[in-house]
Amino acid sequence: MSNHWITGGIPIPDIIEAQDLKKKFGDLIAVDGISFTVKKGEVFGFLGPNGAGKTSTMKIIACVSPRTSGTVQVFGRDPDIYPAEIKQRLGIVPQETNLDPDFTCYGNLFTYARYFDIPPDIAHRKAEELLEFVQLTEKRDVPVEKLSGGMKRRLILARALVNNPDLLILDEPTIGLDPQARHLIWERLKLLQAQGNTIVLTTHYLDEAARLCDRLVIMDNGKILVEGSPAGLVKEYGGNEIVEVEKSEEVLSCLLQKNIPFEVIGESVQVATGSSRDVARILFDTCSPNKILTRPATLEDVFLKLTGRKLRE
Amino acid sequence: MIVHHIWSVPRISRRAWKVWHRNLVVFFRTWKVNFFPPLIEAFLYLFAIGMGIGTYVKEIDGIPYVNFIAPAILAISVMNSAFFECTYGSYVRMYYQKSFDAMIATPLSIEDVIAGELLWGATRSVLYVIIMLPVLALFGVISFPTSLLAIPLAFLGGLMFSGIAMCFTAITPGIDTLNYPSFLLITPMALFSGTFFPLTLLPILFQYFALALLPLTHLVAIMRMLTLPALTGVLVLHLAWIIIVTAIFCIVAINLMRKRLIV
Repeated sequence: MSNHWITGGIPIPDIIEAQDLKKKFGDLIAVDGISFTVKKGEVFGFLGPNGAGKTSTMKIIACVSPRTSGTVQVFGRDPDIYPAEIKQRLGIVPQETNLDPDFTCYGNLFTYARYFDIPPDIAHRKAEELLEFVQLTEKRDVPVEKLSGGMKRRLILARALVNNPDLLILDEPTIGLDPQARHLIWERLKLLQAQGNTIVLTTHYLDEAARLCDRLVIMDNGKILVEGSPAGLVKEYGGNEIVEVEKSEEVLSCLLQKNIPFEVIGESVQVATGSSRDVARILFDTCSPNKILTRPATLEDVFLKLTGRKLRE
Repeated sequence: MIVHHIWSVPRISRRAWKVWHRNLVVFFRTWKVNFFPPLIEAFLYLFAIGMGIGTYVKEIDGIPYVNFIAPAILAISVMNSAFFECTYGSYVRMYYQKSFDAMIATPLSIEDVIAGELLWGATRSVLYVIIMLPVLALFGVISFPTSLLAIPLAFLGGLMFSGIAMCFTAITPGIDTLNYPSFLLITPMALFSGTFFPLTLLPILFQYFALALLPLTHLVAIMRMLTLPALTGVLVLHLAWIIIVTAIFCIVAINLMRKRLIV
């Protein structure tokens, strides 16, 4: 067990520690022996294509789906044995919107707070405070059915905070939202992190991951492919910069001749490089390219490189 | 690894009452819609069957016909309110509203959630009986104070039908297939459990069948003993039957639901 020690010698265990975690559904192996740790105060991301095992992993951590094998500790405790104690300290934003349609915005927060045994007066205060936090005070007494998609996601984020969680688990927090709503959620998450919250999230949006995560893993087929900081991963796997050229016979043969590694994606050719200027110059001088575009490498390049371009169901 | 068996007694915490309370709050917020049906139901049965058929059938075994069916009206209402709450009502909350998923993300366990739903189904039966009792009293077809015992009996009977209903909810592939138990089990039971005519009019084999397997038979029998009143020692046997069946179905319902929802 890797512990952080603070003066006085009290060990703070990692928030999550998973070793060789496996989850099977019949013959399907959803999570295939992954190990990871999440430290206090960090934003940790799970990235991967559909069916990579991200949500299954989230559900194990959230104590709602028992693991098949391996070990996992949340706050130093086993989810199979202490689900109620762990869940008391978790805030969950699920992928699917599951607000209670029989209640208003306020009613949703208040009722949810009661599930955590929060006394009515404190639940009331917390609900009002959180409506403010996600900018829904004006919608306080509106039934949740009447809210837009973005408002519902914000309310779910607020609901996940009613118990002042020590760990926030977000499964696709900004799925299907417009840019305004996404930015508001990002801003709120940054604020929560600044207040010392630990956050674990899954996302398909690589810009979101790059923006929010201190550390992340990229998963595919139930396994962790790589782990690191967004910038570190880009540097290691994406090269610094990308040169994109329109595909032509000349360009292809020319790159082969010059021994420059490249990748063909549809009608364009991509070259990952440490120096886009040099590559661009070679191309201009000898390959007579049509269009050239140079840009910094992103997490998306790393993601596609590692998980391939084949569509997932 | 904790092994969950279909017959193992589930661990339920006091948090189950939070789920019960949530349903109670929603029920009372829309109380006008919810209080009306039992009230109307009592009137309809009394007029259509009691006054209508009662004009020809003056009495059964020396009991005025309306007094004979009054306890059946209560028992059927107990059955219907609990059964429909824990089939269609629970299914909507589970499948369409995803309320159970939201609840088990809190310290509530799935066992707590289902137990809360069952307790709520039973409570709904109690509320319906409480609404119907004054109507029946107004018509002078039930006796007091023994008829007041219909209230605790409604809880037990309601819990039994909630448990049975929840078993169907746990195994139904979709909301439409819940029509099968309601048409093939609930409707026939409402007619053939000694409700509107005595069980003894039926072939002897069917009488055994009804006593052995139709839960409503026992509920009607006790209810009638309370409202006439005509208390006998057989009450204990009926009560024992209901308690055992209630325990079995509630336990199985919780385990089946766990199996369905926790994967």
